[in-house]
Amino acid sequence: MLSKKERLQIAPVKMREQRPEQRIHNQNEVPLGYSPQEAILEAERCLQCKNAPCINGCPVEVDIPGFIGEIARGNFSAAFFKVSEKNVLPAICGRVCPQEEQCQAECTVTKVLKSAERSVNIGKLERFVADYAREKGMRPRVAHQAKSGKKVAVIGSGPAGLTVAGDLARLGHEVTLFEALHVVGGVLVYGIPEFRLPKSIVEYEIDALQQSGVGLKCNYVIGKIKSIKEMLREFDSVFIGTGAGLPRFMEIPGENLIGVYSANEYLTRANLMHAFDFPRSDTPILSGDTVAVVGGGNVAMDAARTALRAGAKKVTLVYRRSEKEMPARLEEIEHARQEGVRFQFLVNPVRILADQNEWVSGMELVRMKLGEPDSTGRRRPVVVPGSEFTMKTDLVIMAIGNSPNPLLLHETPELSINEWGGIIADPETGATSIAGVFAGGDIVLGAATVILAMGQGRRAAQSMHTYMMHSNGKKV
Amino acid sequence: MKKMIENTIIAKKTLAPGITSLKIYAPEICAKHKAGQFVILRGWPGGERIPLTIANTDRAKGAITLIFQSVGKTTLQLATLAVGDRVLDMAGPLGTRTHIERFGTVVCIGGGIGTAPLLPITKAMKAAGNKIVTILGFRSRDYIILQNEIEQLSDTLIIITDDGSSGQKGLVTDVLQQLFADGIKIDRIMAIGPAIMMRAVAELTRRAAIPTIASLNPIMIDGTGMCGGCRVTINGSMKFVCVDGPEFDAHQVAWDEVMQRLRTYKQHECRALENYQQNQPERISYAE
Ligand SMILES: Cc1cc2nc3c(=O)[nH]c(=O)nc-3n(C[C@H](O)[C@H](O)[C@H](O)COP(=O)(O)OP(=O)(O)OC[C@H]3O[C@@H](n4cnc5c(N)ncnc54)[C@H](O)[C@@H]3O)c2cc1C
Ligand SMILES: Cc1cc2nc3c(=O)[nH]c(=O)nc-3n(C[C@H](O)[C@H](O)[C@H](O)COP(=O)(O)OP(=O)(O)OC[C@H]3O[C@@H](n4cnc5c(N)ncnc54)[C@H](O)[C@@H]3O)c2cc1C
Ligand code: SF4
Ligand code: SF4
Ligand code: FES
Repeated sequence: MLSKKERLQIAPVKMREQRPEQRIHNQNEVPLGYSPQEAILEAERCLQCKNAPCINGCPVEVDIPGFIGEIARGNFSAAFFKVSEKNVLPAICGRVCPQEEQCQAECTVTKVLKSAERSVNIGKLERFVADYAREKGMRPRVAHQAKSGKKVAVIGSGPAGLTVAGDLARLGHEVTLFEALHVVGGVLVYGIPEFRLPKSIVEYEIDALQQSGVGLKCNYVIGKIKSIKEMLREFDSVFIGTGAGLPRFMEIPGENLIGVYSANEYLTRANLMHAFDFPRSDTPILSGDTVAVVGGGNVAMDAARTALRAGAKKVTLVYRRSEKEMPARLEEIEHARQEGVRFQFLVNPVRILADQNEWVSGMELVRMKLGEPDSTGRRRPVVVPGSEFTMKTDLVIMAIGNSPNPLLLHETPELSINEWGGIIADPETGATSIAGVFAGGDIVLGAATVILAMGQGRRAAQSMHTYMMHSNGKKV
Repeated sequence: MKKMIENTIIAKKTLAPGITSLKIYAPEICAKHKAGQFVILRGWPGGERIPLTIANTDRAKGAITLIFQSVGKTTLQLATLAVGDRVLDMAGPLGTRTHIERFGTVVCIGGGIGTAPLLPITKAMKAAGNKIVTILGFRSRDYIILQNEIEQLSDTLIIITDDGSSGQKGLVTDVLQQLFADGIKIDRIMAIGPAIMMRAVAELTRRAAIPTIASLNPIMIDGTGMCGGCRVTINGSMKFVCVDGPEFDAHQVAWDEVMQRLRTYKQHECRALENYQQNQPERISYAE
């Protein structure tokens, strides 16, 4: 047995990555994963804290010391079963959770060593066990409860909907998942690129859901083909997880010129429609030597890195605050920088410029400085008067955020919504203003994260279960 | 009898050179359809998602009819599907419904393939008790479609062609001007066709202050308001055609922008077409 002191002395095990010069020419995943030896070594860094503060940082309450302990003992299968008791999408979370703000932020090692970089790599270990299980063709070992005879509709197949579907199927309910697009997965398939989250992994996890009896119905735009009212006649309860899929624009001149994309459109063409395979795949995408991406979150990083892989020679990310305020995960910023994405901070576009054919040729920007903190605590950027300058670019990708998808809400006026257009739902239960209808994920939180969406799904599933088992099938 | 699978093509007709009508089994979409709405379909693996208007429904059979013109790779390939084949994915009915009301006299203007989306609207306008004057413009006699169907719904039908091979020679706007000159009172105009035609109609009717609705056809992907690719400027503000439209007040549409944006993938479209014509695959089939 290692002592606590010895454990604290082990250096964090870095994950091997594809070299930047190489990876910008392919769509393959950037971090390559731990070997079993590396995983065991990393797992030995965990102090197995009795109170396990890390679990408090995990919205789905993965038994972190439990699964890491199994890895340390070399019991990888047992580690996987532990993780999958709580997390229906471990291979995905291990890759895309902002762990440094979630579980790892609470980790004792982080606190003792006073360094976020030296925390136990919980996410990387979670990824390791999930990948191990997938390679071995293993499935979660969970008891399914007896059939309840209740029917549930889940609208939207992003992480929130997938979690609800998985949890309620385990509880014995008959679940049908309705998705507007032709594939299941929400942002996991249309937004987050292959090099960060291989689609085969998403498919494997969704396949597990199907095996557990969840029915999948793609090409169903709920609100259009069926109203919530109609669904309540067919189903005992309904979950809405339709996400924050409405792209924001800046409302500046030139935004509708040819060559201006929302990040959603750019990424959807690339990921969902495989536009880089054009003309083998039928959907085209514009390419340019120089690309400007506006924004500073994960979405902006994904768009910038996708543009590099599409062959852009120069990709510049422009952000109106300073580096410190960028909301993207540190790892994504670092990866983008290694790959050659350039950053311009404290600048903001005011106009997009066109050539004589109305194609984008550049942008006019202003410089910004940071003023007083705003309601989110971040310092508000203010324009420096007279600081206009121009920048040449062939494409502009707007990645300044997404709002809740309003389509279903427009068709459902009975549903109470908040001032940002999101559904008002009880934070504990997910209950909405319509009895039997629950909601969670980005449609409630605004653009948030995979794991927060899953956490909301988990809680909604619990209260939907209670609701259905106690309402005796009567519609309340 | 084997249960029919959704999205199966149950009838196919060639209405004119390059114009195909597919009747597709889609009972749920059929049951919900209202005039003005469309579907987004993807014909085959790797296919593009394209919007097509629901031109007709057959409630008894649970089927919808799509009528399209083969203008590029996807619509050419779609026309190779046969009865018994299936389109891979189809979502709908999308978009807002046409505002139907008893307006009085409604002039329905269709240009070429625009006649197909005009059909259900004309039907609904007629059912609401309007007097229907229909003006249809085609390239030449050979390209006339849906004449009988529209004739039955119209109190007056005027067909004109670019070359005069049927009816008068001229443009739909010439006929509209004639109606104005004749002093006919028009309460509303519905115009569907090439953007250039809709713009010309809008310019005429703006001066006459006649409420005019056009149906826009930008490039789309998801059709759910998620990508913003279908955005247009309406009365100075940004709208997404797939969810806010496809019908808008024609006097408020930024027409130049609409036409501009349709040219976005010109080069790609040509390449896709050449590539398709050179390596034309064997006819694909998804019959079960
Ligand atoms: C490019 C990008 C990168 C991101 N990177 C990260 C990251 O690294 N880490 C992280 O934690 N988070 C990341 N996020 C955020 C994260 O993906 C979201 O917070 C999360 O996916 C929200 O899950 P959800 O289930 O609420 O909705 P979504 O994933 O948005 O799924 C909603 C689904 O509902 C469907 N839908 C919408 N309307 C209807 C309707 N009327 N009928 C039927 N279906 C409908 C949509 O088509 C969609 O499939 C990223 C987001 C983007 C866009
Ligand atoms: C709401 C809506 C409803 C529609 N309904 C119908 C319909 O009922 N019947 C029908 O035939 N078409 C309809 N369209 C147009 C149809 O979607 C396009 O013709 C089709 O996507 C072209 O695909 P393609 O790959 O065959 O051609 P492409 O290779 O994409 O294009 C070939 C040529 O067609 C032009 N084109 C491309 N997209 C469009 C478009 N959206 N509208 C007009 N021209 C375009 C291009 O500029 C190019 O010249 C509709 C479009 C919308 C938005
Ligand atoms: S699911 Fe996310 S937050 Fe929870 S333990 Fe895994 S990486 Fe951490
Ligand atoms: S807080 Fe850190 S060290 Fe403690 S059990 Fe959790 S992961 Fe291990
Ligand atoms: S087609 Fe994507 S928003 Fe309209």
